[in-house]
Amino acid sequence: MELKEAIIKAGKGIWNAVPMLIGIVLLIGLTDVLIPKYLYAKVFTNSFFDPLIGSAFGSILAGSPITSYIVGGELLIQGISLVAVTAFIVAWVTVGVVTLPAEIVMLGKKFAITRNVMSFVFAILVAIITVGVLNLL
Amino acid sequence: MKQIKDSLHLNPKIKGIKLKEIRKVWYFPISILIVYLIIWIMDSAKAVESLQSTMSIFIKIIPTLLLVFTLMALTNYFIAPKKLASWLNKKHGWLIAIVAGIISTGPIYMWYPMLQDLQKHGVKNGIIATFLYNRAIKPALLPLIIVYFGLAFAVVLTIVMAILSVIQGWLVEKIVD
Repeated sequence: MELKEAIIKAGKGIWNAVPMLIGIVLLIGLTDVLIPKYLYAKVFTNSFFDPLIGSAFGSILAGSPITSYIVGGELLIQGISLVAVTAFIVAWVTVGVVTLPAEIVMLGKKFAITRNVMSFVFAILVAIITVGVLNLL
Repeated sequence: MKQIKDSLHLNPKIKGIKLKEIRKVWYFPISILIVYLIIWIMDSAKAVESLQSTMSIFIKIIPTLLLVFTLMALTNYFIAPKKLASWLNKKHGWLIAIVAGIISTGPIYMWYPMLQDLQKHGVKNGIIATFLYNRAIKPALLPLIIVYFGLAFAVVLTIVMAILSVIQGWLVEKIVD
């Protein structure tokens, strides 16, 4: 492939994604402002279901991973279990409810839904295994 | 030949499909803008704050967008698509997906165009899923995880995620492909 052709092809690929990217960024900006950070701890119940809640909550929220670590650290201080917080920070980065429409359009419905559902379940698994290993050390 | 060309240009069906496709792609951002408008009517300060947050995200993602564009152009220029797909679909493809996922920067959605390109060229969905899962591991962010959760947690979490990413990729491949 010629250089010019390669650049045009890459440009087309990016250009096709522009509407979806605009939508995602607009949505992230909205959730970032509309969901106050102090509400995060209130969704946890200090029960067996906390890892599930953590994964679900992390899936819905979007933004920089840095925010998830800061929020996760705050949740730990407030007494939320490490398994729940780990599930929360892993799901925050691996599951994307906000980015799902774009993922469906760009990578296919079956792929996007399967990957996100699996990532949701795996966030809980990762949390349980990580904390289990840490307890053994 | 001219007749065929003319019929293609004037065929309302073809025109209609194109317009429909264009509209469909813009449904998502337009619907979000409508939500912004509703919020602006209810609480204009919140809408402005959200727009400011959106603008700061846009500024942050520009370097990643340029990086993805450059990588796509370079891949198109230097590597034949079929060769790249067959190379990534081999056993070491999993390792490449893990390393590429870890070292890649910026938000996950910025990589969708490149991944779409790879998918079209026949790269397995499992490899793409493994890449996306490893986007969660960021060496630059490790110091922050250590500060909040400790060194042992950071090391164990990174290893567990890298191992499970391959299992997840394998499962996605079995289901999707």
